[in-house]
Amino acid sequence: MRYPHVHRVTAVAVTIGVTALSLAACSSPAKPGPGSSSQLSGTLNASGSTFQLTFQQAAIQTFKSVQPSITVNYGGGGSGKGRTDLSSGTVGFAGSDSPIPSDEMSNFKGKTVLYFPVIIGPITVSYNLSGHTSLKMTPTVIADIFQGKITKWNDPAIAQINPGAKLPSTPITIARRSDSSGTTANFSLFLQDAVPSVWKLGSSSTINWPASSRGGDGNGGVAQIIKSTPGAIGYVDYADAKASGLTYASVQNAAGDYIAPSVAGATAAAQQATVASNLTFAAVWAHNSSTAYPITYQSWDLVFAKQSSKKTADLLKAYLGYLLGNGQQLLTSLSYAPLPANIDAKAKAQLSKITS
Amino acid sequence: MSTVTQDHQAAPPSALSQRRPLGDRSFQTLALAAGLLVLVILVLIAVSTSQQASSWFSHEGTKIFSKTWNPAAGQFGALSFIYGTAITALIAIVLSVPVSLGIALLLTEVVPRRWSRPIVSVIDLLAVVPSVVWGLWGILVFAPWIQHIYASIGSGVTGVPVLGPLFGAPTSGASFFTAGIILAFMITPIITSLSREVIATVPSIDREGAYALGATRLEMIRGVVMPHSQGGIVGAVLLGLGRAMGETIAVALVIGASATITPHLFAPGYNMPSVIANEFGEATGVFRAGLMGLGVLLFVFTIILNVVARWIVARSARRGRGA
Repeated sequence: MRYPHVHRVTAVAVTIGVTALSLAACSSPAKPGPGSSSQLSGTLNASGSTFQLTFQQAAIQTFKSVQPSITVNYGGGGSGKGRTDLSSGTVGFAGSDSPIPSDEMSNFKGKTVLYFPVIIGPITVSYNLSGHTSLKMTPTVIADIFQGKITKWNDPAIAQINPGAKLPSTPITIARRSDSSGTTANFSLFLQDAVPSVWKLGSSSTINWPASSRGGDGNGGVAQIIKSTPGAIGYVDYADAKASGLTYASVQNAAGDYIAPSVAGATAAAQQATVASNLTFAAVWAHNSSTAYPITYQSWDLVFAKQSSKKTADLLKAYLGYLLGNGQQLLTSLSYAPLPANIDAKAKAQLSKITS
Repeated sequence: MSTVTQDHQAAPPSALSQRRPLGDRSFQTLALAAGLLVLVILVLIAVSTSQQASSWFSHEGTKIFSKTWNPAAGQFGALSFIYGTAITALIAIVLSVPVSLGIALLLTEVVPRRWSRPIVSVIDLLAVVPSVVWGLWGILVFAPWIQHIYASIGSGVTGVPVLGPLFGAPTSGASFFTAGIILAFMITPIITSLSREVIATVPSIDREGAYALGATRLEMIRGVVMPHSQGGIVGAVLLGLGRAMGETIAVALVIGASATITPHLFAPGYNMPSVIANEFGEATGVFRAGLMGLGVLLFVFTIILNVVARWIVARSARRGRGA
């Protein structure tokens, strides 16, 4: 149903890069890792979150050097599609940017679903304003910009937190997603958590943006609008913002510090999150850390605890174990953030709950 | 359209049915099964999508036709998408029909036959361009180019009654109108080739008669060709309209993705197929059922339109032969 042309181009580039890396790795004598004592074979199918897509495609390539006979297919399609595919049994695991929502619980009745967090990433507030490369923003200002209350760049609310910046009277163009998205869901969740009294548009994968806003398909589509429109501002996944060479704002976190989006800032935010016993958490608007970037989101791989055969269970353990182990090292080079050690350890310990 | 214009003058079946050879009978069964299969698949699609959409119908009730679509607040009214579908299809028809009819008349009445063949091939080439290519061209090339034209029109007519609300500022490259133009490109080959076929059925004796009475070419077209082919052309336009209503990817890329009802044609909007394509990936619960429900509504609308169109074309074709 989707046409992620932009993602695909990035993905292909990443795949090529990673293949080159893994070829280089192969030239040195292969050293079996501690977990790969037995060689498995088979196919694992998965779908869901497009936030995970680049990471999954890179990990699938490098996983080949650990388990050459396991084929993993990760289809993308969105978190909602992934959860539907998991509940109907067409995939072995599903990527999802949010825990199973209450109105979908009935699809999973009588079955235990395990959450494996695999990836963390910052969402940038990117803008196009020539001469201004380091603007600061508070959640209140961001909320008012995105609900159309602040319409010009020299608005006193922006000027007040950026003393010394000579702001022009350029009108603000809001760039946002035209497709439903986990990025939209988590960006709006940030505004709802940080400034509930200011933010009126709610939190969902699709938001009723002001009519004057402009919609782009995927993070790449939004980045394209920002790049080509002077005065534009939008929320873009960190990896895509960096790839498109966008300028992004430093955002004030709960501790009151202005933090620029970065891999370290995202991991710091996740570290502070309260992790539930089923390993769900929200890294967004984390408290008590002066280094945390506040607009940080995460994604899980969802798996049924009870698998139909031992073989499938072993395949899932091998691949998810890889994502949580060596796979995490891929993330930083892709501009995503690895899991903090405390969450990673809990996720690894949970692998033993996958049984047949 | 060959099925419509074919003669249905088979021999009376009763006399032959008992003595027909086995091969003939098994072929008949096979053909019947193939025909039924299509029907069964259609019914199954309708039933299963309605089932998936049932929670939308029960959750929203009559509010399915309300104008607010706001997943964040749990409101799922379809009116803005129905409006967008109608408006974009209407723009496409208004832009495409004069051009299509002009080409059809050019091919049948003006240029000699050996010239018309290459022109037909070129027009048909438009029909084989995949819709995603139309969409990408629309958003990467056409919309950035035309938004300057929109902006100058917009600044010119702002404040003018009637024109102001329709075309005034602020304008956007991705809009109802851009989607309408792209759709017009896409449906022109359909309307052209169908109207050309209908116009070609005008008996040459009628044309000669008009010329013999001293009519000019324009008078001949107005007095003979048009009355004769009216019904068929209306049918062709309705088939084009059906295509314009159901087009998904091309529209999704250029319409601007904003669930609003506004008379402003240069503003971003939404239509039914493109909201399904855009929002399905992350939709859950009633949201998801609502998108399914939009599919059901669209299915019903296009079926009605197609049945009406085919009926009109078939009727006029019959009348054309009888005249």
